Amino acid sequence: MADIEIRNVYKIFGHDSKKALAMARNGLAKAEILARSGCSVGLNDVSLKIGAGKIFVIMGLSGSGKSTLVRHINRLIEPTSGEVLFDGSNILDLDAKALRAFRMRRVSMVFQSFALMPHRTVLQNVVYGQRVRGISKADARAIGMKWIETVGLSGYDAKYPHQLSGGMKQRVGLARALAADTDVILMDEAFSALDPLIRADMQDQLLQLQQNLSKTIVFITHDLDEALRIGSEIAILKDGQVVQVGSPNDILDNPANDYVARFVQRRQARPE
Amino acid sequence: MTAGGLPEQGTVPMFPDSLNLSIRAPVNDFIQALVTNHGWVFKAISGVILKAVLFIEWILRGLPWWLVILAFMALAWQSSKRWSLTIAVGALLLAVGVLGLWDLTMQTLALMLMATLVSVVIGVPIGILVAKSRVVRNVTLPVLDVMQTMPSFVYLIPALMLFGLGKVPAILATIIYAVPPLIRLTDLGIRQVDGEVVEAATAFGGSPAQILFGVELPLATPTIMAGLNQTIMMALSMVVVASMIGARGLGEQVLNGIQTLDVGKGLEAGIGIVILAIVLDRITQGFGKPRTEDARNG
Ligand SMILES: Nc1ncnc2c1ncn2[C@@H]1O[C@H](COP(=O)(O)OP(=O)(O)O)[C@@H](O)[C@H]1O
Ligand SMILES: [Mg+2]
Repeated sequence: MADIEIRNVYKIFGHDSKKALAMARNGLAKAEILARSGCSVGLNDVSLKIGAGKIFVIMGLSGSGKSTLVRHINRLIEPTSGEVLFDGSNILDLDAKALRAFRMRRVSMVFQSFALMPHRTVLQNVVYGQRVRGISKADARAIGMKWIETVGLSGYDAKYPHQLSGGMKQRVGLARALAADTDVILMDEAFSALDPLIRADMQDQLLQLQQNLSKTIVFITHDLDEALRIGSEIAILKDGQVVQVGSPNDILDNPANDYVARFVQRRQARPE
Repeated sequence: MTAGGLPEQGTVPMFPDSLNLSIRAPVNDFIQALVTNHGWVFKAISGVILKAVLFIEWILRGLPWWLVILAFMALAWQSSKRWSLTIAVGALLLAVGVLGLWDLTMQTLALMLMATLVSVVIGVPIGILVAKSRVVRNVTLPVLDVMQTMPSFVYLIPALMLFGLGKVPAILATIIYAVPPLIRLTDLGIRQVDGEVVEAATAFGGSPAQILFGVELPLATPTIMAGLNQTIMMALSMVVVASMIGARGLGEQVLNGIQTLDVGKGLEAGIGIVILAIVLDRITQGFGKPRTEDARNG
């Protein structure tokens, strides 16, 4: 089980990050900081608690900092300031070797544009996490085939990514994350590139898997419907700040501000 | 009025002599000092390279001609999977033999192989460093520009002084001229690798070495092979120059033909060089095609 806690994380992109950080701490708006220091504020004082064994959704418009935030959880991005706690210990303290072990065993990731390795077969992609750990080819193969079957790709193990459709590629991405056998899976707009029918299908499958495996899933989306459908808890991000955290019902019934309310209205305005 | 009807000069001063700063003397002293004080280093390097190239030559000239042709046809098949190319390679090499250039061609080929081998050994790692480090990049790229534009005779002479006459300075001069595209394209190939794929490998705990050898280099291979192809072609364009400092082979024959006004002889050897270029070009191009291409067609 893994509890994740993000504490007062700031992420500033740009050269003069110290100056920009001070401005952000003083409450200046993102646009103004950009104008004055040339730095782009990715995250602005984000604090979140992500409980184990649930699907936690992070939502926001494009550019609101979702990808930046989720990449702090496996330290693909280092914060300018703040802490990221994993089961109570700060992952920013890990050295290079410990960080690799952490990434191998504790947290895996599914990417929006799949990020499959084009020169490896489906099976070789799926077992990548196992192989970098030093698991033998034969053992990894058994694990890989199991997850390929679970995501419904039996018979495709020897194919290359370019031979698959978008939906199938993302199943490979999912199988790769599952095969790594980590407590936490990060999914950065994992379904955004898929067309609606396949997307609904993948959402169902994810919910099913979550029930069976009780993983901690941090799911990024810009789509409120998707967030409501699969999230047990939803955090809404705007300009790198968390504007609301709550259950799907909280969000629908008590939108914290106009930004959230607009998400909700747009959804209600749509014909069912 | 002076010649050409132009007004007389001399009223406008030329660049003042007092500002002249010649680097001639220090450079000469430096090379001289290298030769006298560290000559043994260069002798040692020279010895190793010479041994290696003589070994390659010994193999190529020791093997029966038909076996060499068969080996090249096998390589052509391996690289392209096309019968047409395989047969063309065989026919072209046969033509070299028929023109009476077999032995000279093998000598030139040995020189090319050696220059290419050393180019790969130094070019690919440097290309990787250039792709990974900004500092290395800022230092290396201007140096490559100089290597490619500096007239080759300028470095042929010091190479001669340091390594003596013969194959070794020829190989080194060839490398200086031919290695830049390999470095550039290795750099390009590595940087072109999809950032998200590298990010994925990192996210799953891949070490820098695992990512380099398991992801970046395989995905950069087509580009690196294109660089290797250019390197070989540029190396071939140096054979005549190389022969001026004592490398034997087709280049020497061309030189010979020119010097004795034997146009036919020069042309024959020239054709030999062109054939070698075509054969090596097509084979390396085949290896440069992405690996997954096979799967797409099959
Ligand atoms: N590598 C980067 N360099 C500079 N700015 C960046 C970088 N990555 C993200 N940003 C900026 O940070 C903000 C958040 O980006 P991102 O996390 O990608 O948003 P989202 O995933 O929600 O669309 C954006 O304003 C973006 O321009
Ligand atoms: Mg994003």
